[in-house]
Formats: sequence, structure tokens, C-alpha cells
Amino acid sequence: MNSESLILFFIVAVVLVGGAVIFSSFVAPSSKNAQKSETYECGIPTQGISWLQFNVGYYLFAILFLVFDVETVFLFPWAAVMKEVGMVAFVEILIFFTILGLGLLYAWKKHALIWE
Amino acid sequence: MDYSFIIYKFTLATVILIISLVVAMYATLIERKMAGFFQDRHGPNRAGKFGILQPLADGLKLFFKEEFMPQSADKFLYILGPSLTMLIALLTSAVIPWGSSIVIGGTEYSLQIADINIGILYVFAILSIGVYGIMIGGWASNNKYALIGAIRAASQMISYELAMGMAIITIVMMTGTLSLGEIVAQQHGFNWNVWYQPLGFFLFLVCAFAETNRAPFDLPECETELVGGYHTEYSSMKLGFYLFAEYINMFISAAMISSLYFGGYNFPFMDDLGLSHNALSLLGSLAFFVKITFFGFLFMWVRWTLPRFRYDQLMRLGWKTLIPLAIVNVIITGLVLMIKNHM
Repeated sequence: MNSESLILFFIVAVVLVGGAVIFSSFVAPSSKNAQKSETYECGIPTQGISWLQFNVGYYLFAILFLVFDVETVFLFPWAAVMKEVGMVAFVEILIFFTILGLGLLYAWKKHALIWE
Repeated sequence: MDYSFIIYKFTLATVILIISLVVAMYATLIERKMAGFFQDRHGPNRAGKFGILQPLADGLKLFFKEEFMPQSADKFLYILGPSLTMLIALLTSAVIPWGSSIVIGGTEYSLQIADINIGILYVFAILSIGVYGIMIGGWASNNKYALIGAIRAASQMISYELAMGMAIITIVMMTGTLSLGEIVAQQHGFNWNVWYQPLGFFLFLVCAFAETNRAPFDLPECETELVGGYHTEYSSMKLGFYLFAEYINMFISAAMISSLYFGGYNFPFMDDLGLSHNALSLLGSLAFFVKITFFGFLFMWVRWTLPRFRYDQLMRLGWKTLIPLAIVNVIITGLVLMIKNHM
């Protein structure tokens, strides 16, 4: 019953958002000219496209995020049964966190966490 | 599945979606009034008494403004970005328990749209998709300010999502369930999770500010350096989507904080009042909305009090303070649970 309700909710939300998009595209006025449709760059003529390379620092954080996010996925089922399984679960997660903590420490010492 | 069930869920879904939209609309007014109050001025007071019609005027204006799309933008993604952001903002409210239940004619109607047994995982998954809306919109605009705003938003949101996830994990450890309805039901009366998880609550609160891109974490739309951030090129209702989504996210975050840490629809001495089930449910929903209002106020209070972080400070706070603290919090919670189990 619950997943059906979710699907129903999703449909209502999609209709609401899609309706607003379509409605506003009907009622909104439009006047086009070459200057206006240029990309905004504080008034000066646009310099090239914007789909360029950007700071590599963002990739470092993305990679670190992946490591930790996968770990969080493992933690959710563990946390749900932790009380029932007891001591074994706790010791196992300590080992898990030790490995993870070493990883974080390594990134820290390599100055990967400093934003430049 | 019978028709009455579909009608009941459909009505509930529509009501909750419309409530979120209206709350978001009026949150903009309250925020502006609040800003006026903090800065010793009036705030909007022209449209209707005390500016009460201002959100309606703003909404109408957004619909009737010119739709503008830069020539070099990616047409499909340009529309998809804000729509996705808005959709994601609306979807989270499906699993939040807005009240316990109402009994009409012997049938019990739950005030939660879907009490799925992985409610927390659902919220978390939906939150993660939220990054895409901003990233797609900012990238599709083909504008340098928008691109910088979007990658800032992405890297900020993923960084704070980690600490947030680990803060929630301590709640799951304590309650032994991933269902939001169950978690709220366990905090009966005054037995709120915040008494057991003060550090977890603090971590969750800070991360909620960062996830909603609110000040002091509003670097993605930092107007002093990025013009408008990821929505620089947006106008009309598409801009409206981004702005509304921010307020809906704020509302949902306040609701999540209230239900995870402050007992949701539970309030102290609820068993001593001797009220009927229905009256108690309604009173509970009222209590829930009072809590949400308080946290909504907190969001605004912080925004007009604290200055914006610098980007390196933001990253340092996320990775070097919040994540280690969250890990320590998980270990301490586990230790305490083990000691309690063996005693």
C-alpha cells in the first residue's frame, strides 16, 4: 500500500510542477533580440563559452565523497540491526572506522582537505 | 486497492503539497518581515494589511514575467534544472509523519502519506538528487557565474551530506528502525531523541543549513562575487522554482529536525490530558507545526545574524570538524548502547 501511495504522490507532484511550467510558458510574454539572448557577463561582450575546465580541487572532494558515501550505505543496514547483533557488530564497526579513519587521516596529511 | 483508498491518499497528497507551497510562499513574506525587524525597518507593507498579499503578488508576477533563455544554453537541461529542483523539494514531504492518525467512522486514516520502512533512506536519496537540479541548471545556462555557483553548490552539498548521514545513523542505532513513523512514535511524550543525541542534533542542524544553501552557507548564490550564482540566467517561473524550492527545503528540513530530534507530533504530558484519540492527533499536529515554525524562525534568525563563510572555511568546517565529530558520535553512541545492553 505504501509504495502505491508514494507513486501517487509522485504523480501529483509531477502534475503540479509540469502544470506550472506549461502555464507560465503560455502566459509569459516574449520578445527576442540578439543582444538580450547573449550570455550575461556584467555588460561586457561575452567571452567564449563557459563549458570549460574548472579547478581540480573539486574532483578531489568528489573522490573523497565517493569513498565516504559508499561507507554510509554500509552503515545504514548495520545501524538498523546493531542492537540485536550486539558486541560483534560493535567490534566490527570499530575495525571498519579504523580503516576509514586512516583513509581520512591520509587525505588530511596529504593536504587534500585544504582548499586553495 | 479500492477507490476510497486512492481518493484518500490523493486528497492527502494534494493537501500536503498545497500546504507546503503556501507555507513556502508565506515563508518568503515572514523572512522579509523578519529581515526588516532585524534591520530596524518595516519590510513589505504595501500589498494588503501588513503586506499579507505580498506573496500572492510575487507569485503572480513570476508567472507573468518574460521567459528568457540565453541563446547558447542547453535548451532541454535549462528547463529540466529548476523543475527537478522543485520536484525534489516537494517529494520529501511524502514520508514525514504530519500527525498520528484520525479515526473517522471506525476506519483509521494515517496522517502520513507513505510510512515506508526505509523512510530515512528515502529522504536521504531524494536529498542527494537535489544536487542534480542545481548542477544541471547552472551548467545548462552556459554562464560562467552560474557554472561556478553550480560546482560550488555540488561540492558543498556532497561534503555536508556525509556528516548529515552519520548524524542520522546514530538515531537509527538508538531506535533500531529506518521508518520515520516508527522513530517519531518511539519518542512518545517527552522522551525526545535530542536528550540522548545533543551532538547529533547539532551536526544535523549545521548540515541542514548547508544542504539548503542558506546563510551562512549560501556560497552557491553569493551575490557579492557571483551575481546570482547558479540561477543568474533564470527568469520568470523557472527562477521562481529555485526560490520556492529553497523555502520548501527549509520547511522540510525544519520538519525533519522536529521529527527526528524533537518528537514530531509528540508533546509533553500528552497522556495526562484525557483527550480522545482524534483531539490528541490534531493537538499533536499543531505541536508539530509549532516546532516547525520555531526551526523556520531559527533558519531566518541565523541568516540575518551571521556573515557568509569563506569557501576554504566552509570546506574545513565540513571535512575537518563535522565529519570527525560525526564519526566520534557514532562510536560513542555504539559504546553507550553496548554498556546498556550488558547491564
